[in-house]
Amino acid sequence: MQFSSRRKKFTTNSQTELYSHPLQFYGQPPLENISLTEFETFAVERLKLLKTIENLGVSYVKLSDQYIKKLEVESKALNFLYRPEADDRKPQSGPTEQEKRRKDHISHFILRLAYCQTEDLRRWFIQQEVDLFRYRFNDLDPKQKLELLHRNNLQYDTISVEEKKALHDKLVNSSYAVSGITVEDQDFYKVPFQDALDLVRSRKVYLKAGYVYIPHQDIVTIVLNDFRTRLSKALALTARSLPAVHSDERLQPLLNHLSHAYVGQDYSIQKNVGKISLEQIDSLSGKSFPLCMRQVHQSLRENHHLRHGGRMQYGLFLKGIGLSLEQALQFWRSEFIKGKVDSDKFDKAYAYSIRHMFGKEGKRTDYTPYSCMKVILSNAPSQGDHHGCPFRHSDPELLKQKLQVYKVSPSGIIQILELVKGMHYQLACQKYFELTHNVEEASFSLNHPNQYFIESQKVLGGGRDIKRETDVPQKPQENSTKGPSAAPEAAANTQDVAEMTEELDSFFQDA
Amino acid sequence: MPASDYDSACLPDILPLYYRRLFPFSQYYRWLNYGGVQKNYFQNREFSFTLKDDIYVRYQSFTTQNELEKEMQKMNPYKIDIGAIYSHRPNQHNTVKSGTFQALEKELVFDIDMTDYDDVRSCCSAAEICPKCWTLMTIAIRVLDRALRDDFGFQHLLWVYSGRRGVHCWVCDEAARKLSVAARSAVAEYLSLIKGGDDTMKKVVLSDPIHPFIRESLVVVERYFPLYALQDQDILGRKESVDKVLALTPEDVRKQLQQDFQNEKKPENRWKLLKDQAKRKQGTSKKGQHFEKEIMLQYCYPRLDVNVSKGVNHLLKSPFSVHPKTGRISVPIDLKELDTFDPFAVPTISMICEELDRPRTVEEEEKSEETNDKENEKDAAESRKIRDYKRTSLAKYVKCFDQFLDVMARSWKGELLKKSDLQKDF
Repeated sequence: MQFSSRRKKFTTNSQTELYSHPLQFYGQPPLENISLTEFETFAVERLKLLKTIENLGVSYVKLSDQYIKKLEVESKALNFLYRPEADDRKPQSGPTEQEKRRKDHISHFILRLAYCQTEDLRRWFIQQEVDLFRYRFNDLDPKQKLELLHRNNLQYDTISVEEKKALHDKLVNSSYAVSGITVEDQDFYKVPFQDALDLVRSRKVYLKAGYVYIPHQDIVTIVLNDFRTRLSKALALTARSLPAVHSDERLQPLLNHLSHAYVGQDYSIQKNVGKISLEQIDSLSGKSFPLCMRQVHQSLRENHHLRHGGRMQYGLFLKGIGLSLEQALQFWRSEFIKGKVDSDKFDKAYAYSIRHMFGKEGKRTDYTPYSCMKVILSNAPSQGDHHGCPFRHSDPELLKQKLQVYKVSPSGIIQILELVKGMHYQLACQKYFELTHNVEEASFSLNHPNQYFIESQKVLGGGRDIKRETDVPQKPQENSTKGPSAAPEAAANTQDVAEMTEELDSFFQDA
Repeated sequence: MPASDYDSACLPDILPLYYRRLFPFSQYYRWLNYGGVQKNYFQNREFSFTLKDDIYVRYQSFTTQNELEKEMQKMNPYKIDIGAIYSHRPNQHNTVKSGTFQALEKELVFDIDMTDYDDVRSCCSAAEICPKCWTLMTIAIRVLDRALRDDFGFQHLLWVYSGRRGVHCWVCDEAARKLSVAARSAVAEYLSLIKGGDDTMKKVVLSDPIHPFIRESLVVVERYFPLYALQDQDILGRKESVDKVLALTPEDVRKQLQQDFQNEKKPENRWKLLKDQAKRKQGTSKKGQHFEKEIMLQYCYPRLDVNVSKGVNHLLKSPFSVHPKTGRISVPIDLKELDTFDPFAVPTISMICEELDRPRTVEEEEKSEETNDKENEKDAAESRKIRDYKRTSLAKYVKCFDQFLDVMARSWKGELLKKSDLQKDF
């Protein structure tokens, strides 16, 4: 199979050179021929790895012991490098270090093709790849780290002893890992703050006149920043050459499917449109809404208003459970005009954004309901907001009171709070589901508020008026893999692809 | 308050006068043209007008100061917003291929709005402000101004009163205008200490050691806290507000203080008791116990609308735009007189338009004669306009704006010199 248009004779020499270090910045694309089967396996397995990284990032503190351990297990299971060996000629069972590095290299570039197409996909891919890189970089020994920096021409200026002395106290108070004693014999690098945004954001570094002073052990941040920038640029370039790849009908369906797998199920396709009446919402919110939606619903009813963040989170959720645009407009209007907003103002200031949500204005994007990940990680609520994830964004004390009001048993509350303390917000929500629906152990793994709703309806005997779908709506792209457009000579392959994608689906449903 | 003489119904009648005779177009253009260092900088800038009945017109752009002037005098916008510098002229955004029209640069902006402090001020709520809670804005400006200058190294900060209940900051340094979205959000988060919505009671949690940035911010907050929080807001006076403060302390301390407060009614002494408890705690426990600092920050630390700062294409109300509800002009704030800045003394549009109609004093008459003699080569209408604003209470705010621009112009000069040098080389 032709991998890129720039096919050249590759020499074993350059390959050895390329794979001589366990980590790379993926500067050179692979130039060898590989079989379609290998192409598929590599891609799917890397995607599984990235998906694992995403999930771990929510449940654990990044680079905590458990995070590292779980990621190590997964890397090993999928035959990716999990612990760079100092000597890779050491006899081992399974693939050699070289093979793993090759797989790492090739699979990364396949996913680039699949994930360069939209802003959303790029952002997701970059985030997971950066986290993977962080984990792997952290795992290198100091010598290997330095070697990696040298190979990639990353050099930073250290500050002088005098400057260090003058700033001593500030440096000590800025970095957790630096104490009075270690400052002396540690190198500090002075770089523009734009190159270490993660450290600036979390205030983990001393910042003066636009420069950050980074202790040596935090250098990973600048390296990651660099990695991120390069990858981001590379993806933009890849996107431009994509039409050439898409003309290959063996690859196109596969790539499409790969790129849509990351969101898991998609709840924007409304098979239930019009199956819910506005009168039902109050009772449904008590029975079948996850806590986050129940909470925004309640505050909407109380205040007759929701700020932007709340309107987006709740509005898209409602769209996902089957409200039509007309119903949504009616729903929001009737509530808002009970408050300070009159009907005229509503039409001017709010109706637009609701139509926008349904893809009827502006860019005409049909927005998807937010997943748990999105609710937990992005746009945290601030003053006057009621959105977000109650397990993540409420004080434990308030959460406890709320759960009491909702009649969760004291022992259940303790269990939930325990999970919250361990930062397992989705598990806490799932526990809440189990307790409020009287099920021993939920048969699904919760990652979407709309999934919560659907599962709840299943358990409750399916809300008589809501047409239930045994199958959760899937992205339509799946059909294209089996579509009649597939050329006959590619038929055999297409079937493989279909099988493979089914397997992929089942994986993400379990995930 | 002096703004009470403003009636929003007469806005359509006086706006034409304001835009014809008072709006400081030449300074405005001087600002947004940034010395012409970068090509098409002014031309590709988005303006957005809000017209009567909340009609919103986005993606306006102008090639020259004259065109901007003409258009504003024709449209008489109720409100003007400034957006980003785009890859193409915003008024032609429909003619370029979708996806290629992109926001490239904008000042780094901050928006601080009094409504975000509703849980910690007892004097007013929502859009209302009073001299008591205005101190919060003073604190916000002091804290952020210091950090943006000392920590981030920015120099050209324009602070502007929004006209109603808050302040805006425009960071105009070239480096700031070029920041990516990620960098903007990192700066905003670095500056944000208050975390959580209505479902979080304790919104500030400090960890040990305390970062130098927080230390410096505390210095500012501590200066205002006794007068603002203890006296003006009386947070340790009434029972409910005392309970709210005590809810932010550790449980054992809370019990002790509840007892102590029974015999001690004076807010200053109560605060002292609380601080003593904090000191004792710090002595005993190894882990940092900073609850007295956390309380001070929760009550006084600036609350940023992070989303405004993050987006490159986010619009923000322009300086010298009118606030349609209050009629006040959005004016630059002179930091040298920050502590005496009074939002209620900011001129309203009706006020300055009336001032125009006042007969000139003899002194003014003489002065203007003088200038007329000197500059009679200049366009007569132009010089009349300059004199016009000088006769109103808008004058001192335009002067403040002028000073800001003068300082910034020095940095352009350097840039322009460098450029012309380069050209000689080739």
